[in-house]
Amino acid sequence: MTKEIIQERLNQAFTGAALQWAEPWGMLECTIPADQNLAIVTFLFQELGFQFLTDITGIHYPEQEGKELGIITHLHNLKDNIRLRLKAFVPVAAPDIHSLTSVFSGADWMERETYDFFGINFVGHHNLKRILNVDEMDYFPMRKEYQMEDPTRLDKDDEMFGR
Amino acid sequence: MRPVQYNENSKVTLAEIPEGYWGEGFMTTMFDKAIGAARANSMWPLPFATSCCGIEFMATMGANYDLARFGSERMAFTPRQCDMLLVAGTISKKLAPILRQVYLQMAEPRWVIAIGACASSGGIFDSYSVLQGIDQVIPVDVYVPGCPPRPEGILDGVMKLQEIVKNESLRRRNSPQYKALLNEYGIQ
Repeated sequence: MTKEIIQERLNQAFTGAALQWAEPWGMLECTIPADQNLAIVTFLFQELGFQFLTDITGIHYPEQEGKELGIITHLHNLKDNIRLRLKAFVPVAAPDIHSLTSVFSGADWMERETYDFFGINFVGHHNLKRILNVDEMDYFPMRKEYQMEDPTRLDKDDEMFGR
Repeated sequence: MRPVQYNENSKVTLAEIPEGYWGEGFMTTMFDKAIGAARANSMWPLPFATSCCGIEFMATMGANYDLARFGSERMAFTPRQCDMLLVAGTISKKLAPILRQVYLQMAEPRWVIAIGACASSGGIFDSYSVLQGIDQVIPVDVYVPGCPPRPEGILDGVMKLQEIVKNESLRRRNSPQYKALLNEYGIQ
């Protein structure tokens, strides 16, 4: 099982999806269409041995129209020691993507955290609510339009503190 | 036999006895002074340690910077049995209602020390998730600055609180100023 074999098998199995491959710093990375993420991850889990979910996280590129929010999934094949990163981009107007909880139970809290900070809706998740922030928070803090600093402080000078 | 050294050069300091009138087998003093001295020298802390300042507080509790010398022998980790709440560490906005609940469960008289920069003002974490100082949810008596403060700094804060406690009037908890203070925080 090498990276080339993984690329071949995935390209053969998903010929319709335009998979874009890259290998930054030696780690294999693939940009996948968002609606096929569950199918691809199930294929990787069953056929290619990627049975360890390392992380699911999100990212926000406000300048990419129609593909602002990204869901980054890190998988690891423990048997052959190969890591794989899957990137799926969704528009900010309809940030929906399939949930991976049917394949990995560890995806449960990871998807809740990604929802909490980016507002990505994981379809099929049984309990998608905020996990780390205050429950009454009405915005998604890690999106680029919201500042990181606490908005209620009045005593800090904006220019000096770079807020 | 090995030579035994008794307390010849003892550096142990005893707490001072309040002034009063001494007689044959008795001593009279004022309630304020006696109760103040008793309370100040037996403050049982409730450690609410969250992060790095909690580690410094653990060092203060250890043998080298012994906090038990000051009367804080028993760290009861229950609010019902403690008089001073030591908040050491970063308090997030999600933890703030819990901190308030712990404070409300303490019995009067109660005091609060905010240890470290994060408890005093949010510290370097000027962010959407960190409470910018616990005095937004509970009234604080002593602030100990530092990131983290040295154990000597924490001891200095405790000693300052002892001064406050010794000189506090017994009527303070019923006074209108105290009630007004609690009202600002929404505490009955």
